[in-house]
Amino acid sequence: MTTRRHFRASPIARRRWQVFRGNRRAWWSLWIFATLLVISLGAELIANDKPIVMQYQGQWYVPVLIDYPETEFNGFLPTATDYRDPVVRRQIEERGWMLWPPVGFSYETLDRELDGPAPSPPSARHWLGTDDHGRDVFARVLYGFRLSVVFAVILTAGSMALGVLIGGVQGYFGGKVDLVGQRIIEIWSGMPVLFLLIILASLVQPNLWWLLGIMLLFSWLGLVDIVRAEFLRARNLEYVRAARAMGLPSRLIMWRHVLPNAMVATLTFIPFLFTGAITTLTALDFLGFGLPPGSPSLGELVAQGKNNLQAPWLGITAFLSLGIMLSLLVFIGEGLRDAFDPRHVLSTQTSPTASASSGLPGRSAHGQ
Amino acid sequence: MDNDTVVFELDGLRIAFGDTTVVEDLSLTLRRGETAALVGESGSGKSVSALGALDLLPPSAKVDGTRRLLGESLDGLPKTRWNALRGGQVGFVFQEPTTSLNPLHSVGKQLAETLRLHQGLRGRAARERARELLVAVQLPRPDVLLDAHPHQLSGGQRQRVMIAMAIANDPALLIADEPTTALDVTVQREILALLARLRDTHGMAMLFITHDLNLVRRHADSVHVMKQGRLIESGTVAQVFDTPREVYTRHLLAAEPEGRAVALPAAAPTLLEAHALSVAFEQGKSWLGRRPAPFVAVHPLDIQLARGETLGLVGESGSGKTTLAMALLRLTAADGEIVFGGERLDTLRGNALRRRRRRFQVVFQDPYGSLSPRMPVMDIVSEGLRFHHPELSDAEVERRVAATLDEVGLPADCAARYPHEFSGGQRQRIAVARAIILEPDLVVLDEPTSALDRSVQKQLIALLRDLQSRRGLSYLFISHDLAVVRAMAHRVMVLKDGRVVEQGDCDTLLSRPQADYTQRLLEASGLGDRT
Repeated sequence: MTTRRHFRASPIARRRWQVFRGNRRAWWSLWIFATLLVISLGAELIANDKPIVMQYQGQWYVPVLIDYPETEFNGFLPTATDYRDPVVRRQIEERGWMLWPPVGFSYETLDRELDGPAPSPPSARHWLGTDDHGRDVFARVLYGFRLSVVFAVILTAGSMALGVLIGGVQGYFGGKVDLVGQRIIEIWSGMPVLFLLIILASLVQPNLWWLLGIMLLFSWLGLVDIVRAEFLRARNLEYVRAARAMGLPSRLIMWRHVLPNAMVATLTFIPFLFTGAITTLTALDFLGFGLPPGSPSLGELVAQGKNNLQAPWLGITAFLSLGIMLSLLVFIGEGLRDAFDPRHVLSTQTSPTASASSGLPGRSAHGQ
Repeated sequence: MDNDTVVFELDGLRIAFGDTTVVEDLSLTLRRGETAALVGESGSGKSVSALGALDLLPPSAKVDGTRRLLGESLDGLPKTRWNALRGGQVGFVFQEPTTSLNPLHSVGKQLAETLRLHQGLRGRAARERARELLVAVQLPRPDVLLDAHPHQLSGGQRQRVMIAMAIANDPALLIADEPTTALDVTVQREILALLARLRDTHGMAMLFITHDLNLVRRHADSVHVMKQGRLIESGTVAQVFDTPREVYTRHLLAAEPEGRAVALPAAAPTLLEAHALSVAFEQGKSWLGRRPAPFVAVHPLDIQLARGETLGLVGESGSGKTTLAMALLRLTAADGEIVFGGERLDTLRGNALRRRRRRFQVVFQDPYGSLSPRMPVMDIVSEGLRFHHPELSDAEVERRVAATLDEVGLPADCAARYPHEFSGGQRQRIAVARAIILEPDLVVLDEPTSALDRSVQKQLIALLRDLQSRRGLSYLFISHDLAVVRAMAHRVMVLKDGRVVEQGDCDTLLSRPQADYTQRLLEASGLGDRT
């Protein structure tokens, strides 16, 4: 019995899945987003300035994973090999072969063999052109997409953990804990996040982790209210009282009985946290207070588009990649919200007879 | 008009939602001054029939058959005509008085709205008529109540306002859909008496929908018994109650809980004792204001319960019976001394208290709310066992769950299913299984049967008595239903406003009640009639 149970999704979960799949736009968005994410996770294999594998003098090398010093290939310096260097390339190709990724540039590779001045327009060599440093825009978008999503995933997961924990404790215990907690949160939420980040940027060189840390300090605030309200409601439900009467400790009751209720509200909130994280990161990069210079960032691309209006491919690419990414997320979020809404009616299912027997629809008869 | 005027007629009414037929071939005739009762267990289609007959169902419902009100056919009426009809010639009283009044408008305003829509009365005239209506439904202080908002009224008073609205336009037909189910028994009685009087003075026909046969016997002229959407028996009250034709009707009539508690051994040791137990809730204070005196839900009282004994806690809503039980279980903060199995319970804290909880369990009223919808029955029942006996192996836990489910009369395969797949009575059995699997000494039963149909009630009571005699359990049985208490309890304690009105041996107390309040409860519950 127990073993079988684990393989069987609860009927509620199955219904939600059905509703989600019923929403074609959300369903397709999820697939497209998942595909893009998988592709971007393998960005090193698609756009890189190193070969994926190569053979040199009968020996196998995997430059994608391992940095080989130039001396290995008859060079003079013990530094990492620059495989794009024509001399090195000739050297290797005479005694072996190289398998290059479809795009031969990484996000920070400067193309020194450009025909015209940077930024150069889209061509067969640079599918989306180059930016004003001569870096390949396609590679930067690919890596930038990955960085944004990873940033958003970590930030969302972190805010959820914090928000659910703090909101849950406040809601479940109520009383003084709740009162004091709420006041502290009110004061805390009065802090100007953007200014803090800007001040920080002048003190330290912000990197991904600094940004994550600072934003995490504030991004959980939005969740607390929702989770707290759900816990306040759920702690008086009869099955929660039954669990207390059974002698279960608070942490188990919260985990097993109350949290699943609160998760519905929390999960519907995720897409907003997610898009919020991406836009904040983009905004900071645009202003120049975000990731360190040279990082593949969509915000930086937007800034370049603004500074180089004569090169419209920069602005258009930035706009399209951000626009598509955020729209997909919003569509997925919409689908999630509907799936978790108990009042949402499945389009395939006509009026359930269960509600008929209780005679619910009578209220409107009054006052007529 | 003479008394034989046919007011309302249904012929071959059929209601379907999609492919599912919920009411089939329902025919009935209602005459002026007559009360017809539509009875059946929940889900039998009685409310749907009434709503469908007056076109109050959502558009997805398909209604066929002939409907006639005062000779006028109701089929294919335009929407405006329906609106004039409902609230005009047909009045409605629904079950839930808390939600059927608009909380933002005063009583007078809501009454005046009906009068304006159907009679065109405005201003002073409407107010005057509204006042008359409040007098007609026997509300005290009609002038004050006209300007009161619904939250200032009690449940019974709200139901009276609803009735005033229903009769405001002198309807020919009054449909009362479980009008008293949400009310206390003593209030129930007054409301039904009021409805009967209004029916006579206004010359209305009344369709009375209920599941409570007790009420039907006293307040209706004819009975129509429904089962699974079909009318299976009709007749006068005398015919149906004295010589029921159908097996199902007999089954319903015999569903009154019967039997008595199993006799106690002479010297049963005391299990639970409480001295000067009281519960008070602090009330909120306004800014700078003084804190008002705390609200005392339970005044200091003593309580005793022997091993294997059932103590019935009786009282109307707000009498403090549930609060008292929660205080005894240490689920609500209380003052006073609680001794359980020779050990002080009120001084225990934290883990020590949690470990003791195995010995006193609780079954709640609402079979839908007390089981977590996200857990399969196996997890629900085994949760406490796994916590209190972490040393048990999975196989042993499963074996015990299966044995307990069997003991409460559930099939073994239900362990893997989810609560929503079960009926109310089955869910209550799951809740009982969850309580007894811990092998407690005391089980608090907080209105365990009041959300169930009578026939299911009867089975559950038999099960509870059976478990008691087999396991030697003590019960603290909370109920407002004296018929159920009589079948369960050894002793009874009657509570009113947090004070003990009367207590004593169950049979003695119920046959010769001393306190005025107990007598009224008894009278209202209809037990007095037959004993």
